[in-house]
Amino acid sequence: MDAITSHPDVFGHGLLMSLQISACTFVLAAAIGLLLAVCRISPVRPLRLFAAVYVSTVRSVPLLVLLALFVFGLPEIGLVYSLFWTVVTAMALYWAAFLCETVRAGVRAVPVGQTEAARALGMTFGQVLGSVIVPQALRCTVQPMASLLIAVVLNSSLAAAVGVTQELTGQTVLLDQQYAQPLVTFGAAAVCYVLITLAIGRTAAVLDRRLAVLR
Amino acid sequence: MTSTVPVDAAHEVGAPDHRPPLVRIRGLDKHYGPTQVLHSVDLDVFAGEVVAIVGPSGSGKSTLCRCINRLDSTTAGSIVVDGAPLPEEGSELRRLRAEVGMVFQSFNLFAHLTVVQNLMLAPVKVRGIRLEEARERAYGLLERVGLADKAYAYPRHLSGGQQQRVAIARALAMEPKLLLFDEPTSALDPEMVREVLGVMTQLALDGMTMIVVTHEMGFARQVADRVVFMDGGRILRTAPPEEFFTAPGHPRAEAFLATLPGV
Repeated sequence: MDAITSHPDVFGHGLLMSLQISACTFVLAAAIGLLLAVCRISPVRPLRLFAAVYVSTVRSVPLLVLLALFVFGLPEIGLVYSLFWTVVTAMALYWAAFLCETVRAGVRAVPVGQTEAARALGMTFGQVLGSVIVPQALRCTVQPMASLLIAVVLNSSLAAAVGVTQELTGQTVLLDQQYAQPLVTFGAAAVCYVLITLAIGRTAAVLDRRLAVLR
Repeated sequence: MTSTVPVDAAHEVGAPDHRPPLVRIRGLDKHYGPTQVLHSVDLDVFAGEVVAIVGPSGSGKSTLCRCINRLDSTTAGSIVVDGAPLPEEGSELRRLRAEVGMVFQSFNLFAHLTVVQNLMLAPVKVRGIRLEEARERAYGLLERVGLADKAYAYPRHLSGGQQQRVAIARALAMEPKLLLFDEPTSALDPEMVREVLGVMTQLALDGMTMIVVTHEMGFARQVADRVVFMDGGRILRTAPPEEFFTAPGHPRAEAFLATLPGV
């Protein structure tokens, strides 16, 4: 038990780092994913095509491969920036593909009558999307979005594999090398992840109840 | 939005011929794939007129209504609204839509907005009216349709009849020249049909130009200036209501009226 009780700060810092990676990833992925979703449903064919190709390509590459590609591949073509942001970029680009499809499913769940009513009032494509469709679409994707956020948090542990040792799993690995008590160290890390996941799940349930668009 | 046209002017039978029609439809064809749903439709609607479009289901009356603000595209023919040909798309089309209100069978109120927000959204976004002014106007319109106390309710908390009255108020908030009603009472219980028809009748009396696709023959008979009978995508008969209901003038119209109870 020493491994944990004598290093609470190690877990604390690791957790914080994991949350930072996850938060940056999710925000960036949300922005890119929303943009992709707009492309995916836009009346402009090349945009639709671009988004479709993006989603089906990025989704087909394992996240770890994508991470390695960014962290070890980009420097080869002379593109070097901080490890943290390289990892976040790769993860955000990856999760954006999933987010795009979630948003699109939400958009499809909005009855066509809502669009027709908005168009009949003289609203532009952007206004229809921004004031009518997306607000309703997001409200009915609270739960799948929470699942995505959970996936983002849990998979942020892959950052350890490409050298971000400061995050929770990375810290756990280091601790385990010191104490050789995998059951205790990784058990504790698992508990941390479970707690975060539970918290996200609870928040989503509350949000879902409050924001749900009932018809 | 107060009465500008005297009550009996709205009930003048037939089309006054000294002014151009507000809506002029000529030779309108529409296809859904290989199926032709509108066949060379001609129709004039004059300002202040109430035109009821009746006919069996699948006769093309809803489609015709939806073509007038281009929610449905057409294959051939022309629609001229207030002297200008119906624009294909873009800002011109949006301007036209802003001036032509539409009321749907399924209300289509914005589900995530309160009643008053439903009435304010388009005036603020499309017309650029100040928030306060839009709110003021929204309250006035809710008063007019008898729902002032529901301003902060969400659509889901309202009955069908109330939702449809809000939808009418939402259309009126844009101060349209013309209102299109696409079977506005077909999704309602009889009791609620009455309250919605009451609001529509008052609008007609106030001189609003209305094109109403309806199964409510009582409304067509009492409120409309002209009845248009459609079947198989064609207009088969246009007549003042008394004339249409006493002498339908077309075997299909006779057969249609015979299927209705109590006309």
